[in-house]
Amino acid sequence: MTMKPEVGPLPLRRPATGTPDAPAAARTIYRRPILLSAQPTSYCPGCGHGIVHRLIAEVLEELGVADRTILVGSVGCAVFAYDYLRLDAVESPHGRAAAVATGVKRYRPDRVVFTYQGDGDLAAIGTAEIVHAAARGERITVIFVNNGIYGMTGGQMAPTTLAGQKTTSSPLGRDTRTQGYPLPVTELLSLLPGVAYAARGCIAEPGLIGKTKAMIRRAFDVQLEDTGLSIVEVLSTCPVGWGMTPTESMQRLESEVMGAYPVGLFVDRAKGVGQAMPAPVGRASPAGGCAAAAPGPGVPAKEAGPARPAEA
Amino acid sequence: MERSTIFAGFGGQGILFAGRVLAEAAMVEGREVLWIPSYGPEMRGGTASCTVIVADRQIGSPIVDRADHAVVLNPPSMARYTPLVAAEGLLVVNTTLIEAEPGRDDIEVLSVPCTALARRAGDDKLVSVVALGALVGRRRFVEPGSIHAAFTRVLGSKRPDMIALDIAAFDAGYEAGLEEVIA
Amino acid sequence: MAVLDRPAGAGRPHVVASPPGTGVEAPLPDRVLMKGNEAIAEAAIAAGCDAYFGYPITPQAELLEWMARRMPEEGRAFVQAESELAAINMALGAAAAGARVLVSSSSPGISLMAEGMSYMAGSRLPVVLVNVMRGGPGLGSIGASQADYLQATKGHGHGDYRVPVLAPSSIAEAIELVGDAFVLAERYRTPVMILADGILGQAMEPVVPRFRSIPKPTADWILEGAAGRDPRVVRSLHIRPDELEEANEVLQATYAEITAKERRWAGESLDGAEVVVVAYGTAARVARTAVERAREDGLRAGLFRPITLWPFPAPALREAAAGARAVLAVELSAGQLVEDVRLAIEGTVPVFHHGRTGGMVPSPDEVVAAMRKAWAVTPGKAPTRPGTVTPETAPGGVR
Repeated sequence: MTMKPEVGPLPLRRPATGTPDAPAAARTIYRRPILLSAQPTSYCPGCGHGIVHRLIAEVLEELGVADRTILVGSVGCAVFAYDYLRLDAVESPHGRAAAVATGVKRYRPDRVVFTYQGDGDLAAIGTAEIVHAAARGERITVIFVNNGIYGMTGGQMAPTTLAGQKTTSSPLGRDTRTQGYPLPVTELLSLLPGVAYAARGCIAEPGLIGKTKAMIRRAFDVQLEDTGLSIVEVLSTCPVGWGMTPTESMQRLESEVMGAYPVGLFVDRAKGVGQAMPAPVGRASPAGGCAAAAPGPGVPAKEAGPARPAEA
Repeated sequence: MERSTIFAGFGGQGILFAGRVLAEAAMVEGREVLWIPSYGPEMRGGTASCTVIVADRQIGSPIVDRADHAVVLNPPSMARYTPLVAAEGLLVVNTTLIEAEPGRDDIEVLSVPCTALARRAGDDKLVSVVALGALVGRRRFVEPGSIHAAFTRVLGSKRPDMIALDIAAFDAGYEAGLEEVIA
Repeated sequence: MAVLDRPAGAGRPHVVASPPGTGVEAPLPDRVLMKGNEAIAEAAIAAGCDAYFGYPITPQAELLEWMARRMPEEGRAFVQAESELAAINMALGAAAAGARVLVSSSSPGISLMAEGMSYMAGSRLPVVLVNVMRGGPGLGSIGASQADYLQATKGHGHGDYRVPVLAPSSIAEAIELVGDAFVLAERYRTPVMILADGILGQAMEPVVPRFRSIPKPTADWILEGAAGRDPRVVRSLHIRPDELEEANEVLQATYAEITAKERRWAGESLDGAEVVVVAYGTAARVARTAVERAREDGLRAGLFRPITLWPFPAPALREAAAGARAVLAVELSAGQLVEDVRLAIEGTVPVFHHGRTGGMVPSPDEVVAAMRKAWAVTPGKAPTRPGTVTPETAPGGVR
């Protein structure tokens, strides 16, 4: 491990001090993970994708599973993720990553399969695919990068755009009466018994980045434990789409976005965190599977209310 | 030799089953056969029909416009399929439910109280099997023994308890087909 | 791969275990009755299909049901997807991971799969799709139809791509073509479509239950994790126009090779035929009976049956029709196959059309009438100049 000084993809507001669960060798301030290619990304200054890529690369490297991992890409700014993450990868049509990942994982159940999707991709055009992959408890990991906007196509309103937020397709600000409310996908998915792990992180500052990395690590662990679908939503920025400087967009993440989308752990079934809604499970499936994680019809309704994040 | 048969009646009269048994019997004899059901909404109540073509060579059209035989178990089926019977073809009419005359003098009409015979054999639902028996009794284009074998093939694993009943119903129809005077 | 030149409706050779009519005690013939949908499914399993993805739709539901039971028995992947959109993309993922994949649907579902087909063609993924066609447009009917001919041979998704289309006209042939479809898909790295219809899917015919196993070729592009090698990417995105043009040129070269090597057809009574009927699938079986009836009545008719609809066997058709006085396309559509027939004939012989739509199937006598009309309105041996107006039947054909 070299001590070669390198600069992270973003100027962080505070110096990085390592992540809480980083090993003792964390005297290295920063190095490029082996899985991250040397190629400069096509992302705009202040964009969060580079940070999330790095976290994934670090986690897969630490887990030692990179050589049996398959990335399922998606459509959006991160469509070129396969150029930056040195992994076998397949491209998906817009929104279909969870279905594509289902196909990969069903044929290669011993491989680590994850999707990398933005909020337009996952929360709008891909809602059917993600909901049903979650309902089936597909043993895949979903990295869901939410910046509240369609970045690649020019900053249009996304399902996740905050109420009142101005975009190129909500020029007067998102009007909930005609344009609906922000869609909390991770909260919705966390109600499904097929979801073994669901959490929301954020890249606004190094402490949060560290927590987010721990979430991603746990999400891949859950896949290796073969208990269901794992998803980590990562609140991220789009300075260009938001009409802000990188610094301002990081501040907005903390001051506005995290207020609407609370960061934390929603579900970790193996650790008893989170309550699935009472699924109408007639009988447990013979193979166990996701139905085994379902609480069944005996669960009182009051315990199955809207999910709130537990302490991360 | 090629013989086409249309079976038609109400859903629940065992139309598809009788056709399936005929197809199986023809196959047992080493012949070419094609079975086509009516499918979709029709099979969920209302009318049901199927077509079975038995031949000693490759079968062409699955669509029958000159049927050698039609088995009609209810009035709407008679109205619909009688015109498709080729000249000198055979129309088997379930007289338990059909009172009207088919109104053709260029075909052979075999009038059999199929539902009544089925009831006597033990179950109204065997009405199609009785009609199949009458058809084979009148026009022996497959052997009755092959039909018996076909019952075992079709019902063997699922409803072996029904084989004897079906054979009895078929035999009752077969006797009627042999004896019935041309109408 | 051998050219499949069996006549329409040909059954596979079978051993008759006992003389006809010997009754109950005879050993059973080595055949079983199978529905078309079931036979296609089982043939795919025998061929070595690793994964199946589908969604219920009439008239192909039995295919899904058969796979639901049999694939887990074989320890292979089966998913009933939440939509055809999801099913085709599961197929995309599994194929990228190296699986031999079958997907099936019927017309409206194939429209939903169009997106995935374009992506798979662009990503050069081998997948076999079965379309058990029903009446359209829209929700249409569940009756047998061939109204997806243009969609299958020219269309579905966006972009410059083609998909080999195989059209069986009997259940035995469907079984053969399932195996061939996997071979073609893997040899040329392309989706392949089997174009069937509701009658073929729903009918039962005897089949010899010994289906072909297809050896799986090795591939240097499948995704399994980049262990000890550089990562691989399966994609259709080439953001630089010059790179995308290169990728398109690879596709076009592949299509040219397929066209040169894989055109298939079957002919019957074509020698000296005055009226050449062109039909595929179920329409070809009706046409076959019609040709027989016409010949019994003294009309010299023949049948040309394309087995590959793309690539269309145009040179063979032009040759078969060279001495005819009329060509008649018969199809369960308002006029789609007939476009390829005209392109093949290039005005050398008058081309007529007879079609039924909506799930209606023409009767043999109806086709005979159309043949007679085509014969009657065309001059005997008089040469026809290319580009001259050819007589046409009214839309929908002779009834």
